[in-house]
Amino acid sequence: MSDHSDSAARPAGPPAPDAPQPAAPGTYSAREMMAVAAGRLIKDGDVLFAGTGVAMLAAAVAKRVHAPRAIVFFETGGIDPTLTELPLAVADPRVMDGTAMNSGLIESFSIVAHRKLHTIAFLGAAQIDRYGNLNSTCIGDYRAPKVRFSGSGGACDAGSLASAFIVFMQHGRRKFVETLDYLTTPGWLAGGDSRRRAGYARGGPLAVVTDLGVLEFAPDTHEMYLHQHYAGVGPEQIAENTGFELDISRATEAAPPTEHELRIIRHDVDPQRLILG
Amino acid sequence: MTSQNVSADDAADLYPEIRDKLLTPAEAIRRYVRSGAQISIGGFTINRNPMALIYEIVRQRIGDLHLVAHSNGQGLDVLVGAGCVRLIEVAYGGNGRFAPTCFRFRKAVERGEVLVEDYSNYQMTLRFLAGALSVPFVPTRSGLSTDLVHRSGFSAELREELATADEAAGRRPRTPRKKLVVTSDPFDGESSEVILLPALTPDVTIIHAQHVGDDGTVRIKGLTFADLEQAKAAETVIVSCEEIVPRDWIRTDSDQNCLPGFLVDAIVPVPWGAHPTACHYFYDYDPGHLNLYRAAAKDDDAWAAYLDEWVYGPPDHDAYLARVGGDTLARIRADSVLGYTPGLDRR
Repeated sequence: MSDHSDSAARPAGPPAPDAPQPAAPGTYSAREMMAVAAGRLIKDGDVLFAGTGVAMLAAAVAKRVHAPRAIVFFETGGIDPTLTELPLAVADPRVMDGTAMNSGLIESFSIVAHRKLHTIAFLGAAQIDRYGNLNSTCIGDYRAPKVRFSGSGGACDAGSLASAFIVFMQHGRRKFVETLDYLTTPGWLAGGDSRRRAGYARGGPLAVVTDLGVLEFAPDTHEMYLHQHYAGVGPEQIAENTGFELDISRATEAAPPTEHELRIIRHDVDPQRLILG
Repeated sequence: MTSQNVSADDAADLYPEIRDKLLTPAEAIRRYVRSGAQISIGGFTINRNPMALIYEIVRQRIGDLHLVAHSNGQGLDVLVGAGCVRLIEVAYGGNGRFAPTCFRFRKAVERGEVLVEDYSNYQMTLRFLAGALSVPFVPTRSGLSTDLVHRSGFSAELREELATADEAAGRRPRTPRKKLVVTSDPFDGESSEVILLPALTPDVTIIHAQHVGDDGTVRIKGLTFADLEQAKAAETVIVSCEEIVPRDWIRTDSDQNCLPGFLVDAIVPVPWGAHPTACHYFYDYDPGHLNLYRAAAKDDDAWAAYLDEWVYGPPDHDAYLARVGGDTLARIRADSVLGYTPGLDRR
């Protein structure tokens, strides 16, 4: 069983002298950096509720680099696949490759919610607020939306039931908003202890990984703050791209991907560049 | 390319035990799916959607459907895009990397052509499970304090109209007067809240399986998604399948079976019946077709042309498959050990 309470203390500074070679600036993409930054939040032995896209790269890289015993499972029912080939949807037949078992949605959500497991979900969204609540449903009036998105899928369930979740977003003022148009997935709700008071025994957002940096949540207020900015991205630039006031005073620079991590992403995980683009 | 090894009449002679249930796609839809019906379809995004039967619903121009769905991406988008659907209760209208939001679904919602009410995947699965168990509702904590709880897609007036119509027809309302109820846990006093979700009992559930025995037993290989809850909750169950297999074979390893024949109303042998979605151990999803679909679905004129070429044009699934072409089908044929097609170009 893993414990994420110390994740904020994860080293962000320059690697130790014997550490793998960091990649030079300009030799990797924002997407590769996101996958690596998120992958580093995964601990060996974590049980990961995976979506597709960059989240899938993160899980696949972490499993190959530092968390070989992390277990990935999908809401569709694929439990602990090899991820030999990259799935393009959570129902891609590749989520069944070499699994411990192939089941269905009920079985999978009973793993998300399992009280003896430390489950971490990867989620994306169209909008996020300062407490890590997510909108993946619509922009504008719900019954007559200006823009309609896919809807919850399993996101609300994972956000409600998992031990923690990590969010993937592109950074921008229209995505990091003061008020969501629709609250699809519960984060820290109104901050403080409001999530617990609403009836959630556990869970909540652990971190938000964007194309500019990594954000986390203050332990007491549960308000979002900037934890790390990527090399070449200023903390002020991140504040400017956030539609609510963001504390950037604690930010440090994230270590760039290592040559080893990049090689694994490019050659082993996504050789067809299906997600890397 | 011939999708049926034998004609329907010959099949009935070959399989006497299920002869009354053996139907062609056209017969099954004509017999069991009426305009205005509440239906659910099996599969999940790009996997094992009952596409041959969905195309047949479109061909027969059945309308006003009330679709109850979790993440039935490809099938949902075709039904919505062809104008067959009036009401949708749904968790996810996307198709993985092939459509972050399904294109026809998005347009129909934004234009007000369909009415949508949102739930989550777990909530929808629980609602089917409640229907399967013949209980009126099921509790969960998933979604407390979210807009899934606070906002109803269907108005109070519409709910009243739908419920009253069902009651007048002598049946339990398929759309209850409330979307859901938040209440305190009766075992734990006021300290803890739960959501009560109403059961779903669709008029028809349509699923696609790999094997059906000549005794009617159903075997799904790979992920079952919520197909079994959906089937057991429904008034009528239609199962299309890749193969009819001998009773002796399917009953030798019955651990792998998932529905007994007596729960199935119609059996529709239709090889490649899930194309362009995947069917484990038989074929992968067809990336070329899903990309072609995406390009067409983005544009109204291209979409109308797509429906003409791929759905209205071919009179049946054999003709559809002939249009897909043997070379494409050969390319996506699954590896018999892995169940998918390794190295398939999926760009």
